[in-house]
Amino acid sequence: MCMRNRVTGVAEKTYIEAIRDGIREEMQRDDRVMILGEDVGAKGGVFGVTEGLQKEFGEARVLDSPLAESLIVGVAIGAAMNGLRPIAEIQFQDFIMPAVDQIISEAAKMRYRSNGDWGVPMVLRSPFGGGVHGALYHSQSIEAIFAHIPGLRVVVPSTPYDAKGMIISALRDPDPVMYFEHKRCYRAIKGEVPDGEYTVPLDRARVVREGTDIAVFSYGMMVHSSLEAVDRLAADGFSCEVVDLRSLRPIDREAIVASASKCGKVLIVQEANLAVSVASEVAAIISEECFDSLDAPVMRLGGPEIPAMPFSPPLEQFYLVTPNKVEAKLRELAAY
Amino acid sequence: MALTVTMPQLGESVTEGTIARWLKQPGDAVAKYESIAEVITDKVNAEIPAPADGVMSELIAPEGTVVPVGQPICSIDTAGAATEAAPEAAVPASAVPAAELQGAAVQEPAAVAAPVQRAQPEPAEAPGARAEAQSGAETAVGPIQDAFTEQATDAAAAEDASGGNGQSGGYHVTPAVRMLVREHGVDLAQITGSGIGGRITKKDVLEFVQRRDAGAGTSIPQRTPAEAPAPAPPRAMSPAPGPQPASSVVQAPAPASPSPTSFTGAGEGETVVPLTAVRKAIAEHMVRSRQTSPHAYVMVEVDMSAVWRIRDREKAAFEARHGVKLTFLPFVARAVVEALQRHPTLNASWSDAGIVVKRAINLGIAVALEDNLIVPVVRDADRLSITGLATTMADLGARARSNHLKLDEIQGGTFTLNNTGALGAVMTQAIINQPQAAIMTMDLVVKRPVVVGDAIAIRPIMNLGLSFDHRINDGLQATRFVTSVQKLLEGLDPAATLV
Repeated sequence: MCMRNRVTGVAEKTYIEAIRDGIREEMQRDDRVMILGEDVGAKGGVFGVTEGLQKEFGEARVLDSPLAESLIVGVAIGAAMNGLRPIAEIQFQDFIMPAVDQIISEAAKMRYRSNGDWGVPMVLRSPFGGGVHGALYHSQSIEAIFAHIPGLRVVVPSTPYDAKGMIISALRDPDPVMYFEHKRCYRAIKGEVPDGEYTVPLDRARVVREGTDIAVFSYGMMVHSSLEAVDRLAADGFSCEVVDLRSLRPIDREAIVASASKCGKVLIVQEANLAVSVASEVAAIISEECFDSLDAPVMRLGGPEIPAMPFSPPLEQFYLVTPNKVEAKLRELAAY
Repeated sequence: MALTVTMPQLGESVTEGTIARWLKQPGDAVAKYESIAEVITDKVNAEIPAPADGVMSELIAPEGTVVPVGQPICSIDTAGAATEAAPEAAVPASAVPAAELQGAAVQEPAAVAAPVQRAQPEPAEAPGARAEAQSGAETAVGPIQDAFTEQATDAAAAEDASGGNGQSGGYHVTPAVRMLVREHGVDLAQITGSGIGGRITKKDVLEFVQRRDAGAGTSIPQRTPAEAPAPAPPRAMSPAPGPQPASSVVQAPAPASPSPTSFTGAGEGETVVPLTAVRKAIAEHMVRSRQTSPHAYVMVEVDMSAVWRIRDREKAAFEARHGVKLTFLPFVARAVVEALQRHPTLNASWSDAGIVVKRAINLGIAVALEDNLIVPVVRDADRLSITGLATTMADLGARARSNHLKLDEIQGGTFTLNNTGALGAVMTQAIINQPQAAIMTMDLVVKRPVVVGDAIAIRPIMNLGLSFDHRINDGLQATRFVTSVQKLLEGLDPAATLV
């Protein structure tokens, strides 16, 4: 599934280190790669993803921008169309709204509008998700807005390995890639990351755990919550297959159909609320293609239909999809 | 819309029920919550309420059949429940000739019994009139009934066709199962479902096919629904993690009938009394309880002087105020509840995972009927005073005798008290009402000469007995519990008044 080349060694790294490694290595290899965003330079990014990069590559390639998201993305689009490989960082996914016109109306449509003559080889990086007491403006999961838009790629790595391999692939892709990072993964998730150059495809899901009874589809931090719940069920003799979608657009229909057909029972887990979401799309694909294999209604688990993640810790817990909630849903499905 | 009614879960460990009597026949109108059938399970007679307004279209389970929980028992056509103003609309017009339809529909009893009674000249109070009215209605709706039966048959046939076998009608079959049935030529009737409500899962079919193919050449024993599901250890799943084991699994060791004693016929000087469903249910429960719990017994004598005096003084005013007689029962019930709070392992159940101690105290009160034994349950009995217990128990007792208990009034008991003294017994050893930890009997209060200090006095004495499950408690805890009840009763202030 993953193409490895010129890998010299393997070390355990955090998710955030893996992203930084991927960016740094690609910047070393390719002069066209540059970064712009709020506080990405001197400060090294609000979470520290770009730490040390300005020092290494200079102010021209790691650019502190004004607090104007439409400018960040607009400049990145222009730079990309003129031969650079920009990374536009939006400090929190919640702040992306002023740039949505640039992303959806311009970046996503450029190749189609120009009949293939122009492309926007830009990567837009942005952290999302809650569970860090970020409250209303620092906790949202709005990936579904972009997953809806033809012309964009939307990816969400869940492991350090994928984080590095996918940022490299994204930087080499000729079209705009929305690269979303779950902020709870940054330091909580560690894993083996090869040194040196390797890529991970941007349109393939990955079977994280093989199983036979229930297929669990998830992405980002929810992959880890799902794995925890699945382990608890394994103790009772229930075998669940866990699929990390990784790419939300284009979505890997083949992988979804394969696992759903194999197990016959399906749970889709996401942190975002469910209405008109990634989970809706996965459920729709399964009902279109796997009807004869289903042994239970397709079930979904996500955030509640309320406007935002609350600040109050107990209310935040209420909002979040926790391993306990996944476990309860899995047991419901197992008993069906 | 045909609505399939399934056998409800009639108790924590109850896995099946026997249809004792259909209260509605095909073609009868039923109102939501109206009783449609009498069902017998362990020890209890319960009535199943209709889930919606409609017309009974098909009795899937005949009287006398044992139906596993979750399996269909009948279907109700809810289309028949359309507004009284336009009864024609309620009936599928295409299925019935218009003239017949109209004639029938006019006389069709609507969801309530009132229109039928109005149509009859006799006063509605006379039970005979009611019966006549109903049978009259039955005749009148004949054509409609046929139409519904036909419809139901069509539906069943359709399901059969899609299920690929002649007996899948009534099963809830998912696409995956249907596919497997077609692929492997499986008869669903041979498979016991492990899913919710006995649903046959994909896994059940695959395991069945595996077993069948493994034993190819040998014949597959036909399994009845009452039989235990095949051993499938990892499937001990309940929807929520909890100590209560899933009932579908608990069912396993329970034999379908108390004993396989064969009997060829009455000999000389013998008469065989046919077994009623209730008799069978009681027999099964008693055998199972004895086989499940190692019973041990403890008995103490209680000096009921204080209770006697309070009751003597209060009973007239009590009956005048509350309309029920004041007996010894609520005093003992109150003492039992308080003692259970102090000794929670008596308010518990056995499970392999551990002793499940119940927070709620739901006190079952055994009620003896001529042909039945019922244990209505006083929910959260610890929240009731002696007066509250007296009135609640009187109400439950009266409704038990008139067969008007609701399902949730006979479920969920955590401890049972049996007023054996009411029948005159002075020493009793009861059988535990599963899955509880113990059962207490209060025998007749008898005035006896007793030694008090160094003198002989006449005191009202009551034997208080406990049968307990020795797996859960030892003699130490059981005796402490019984003496707790004893001390609470003896320690009552004789001057106390009831509120």
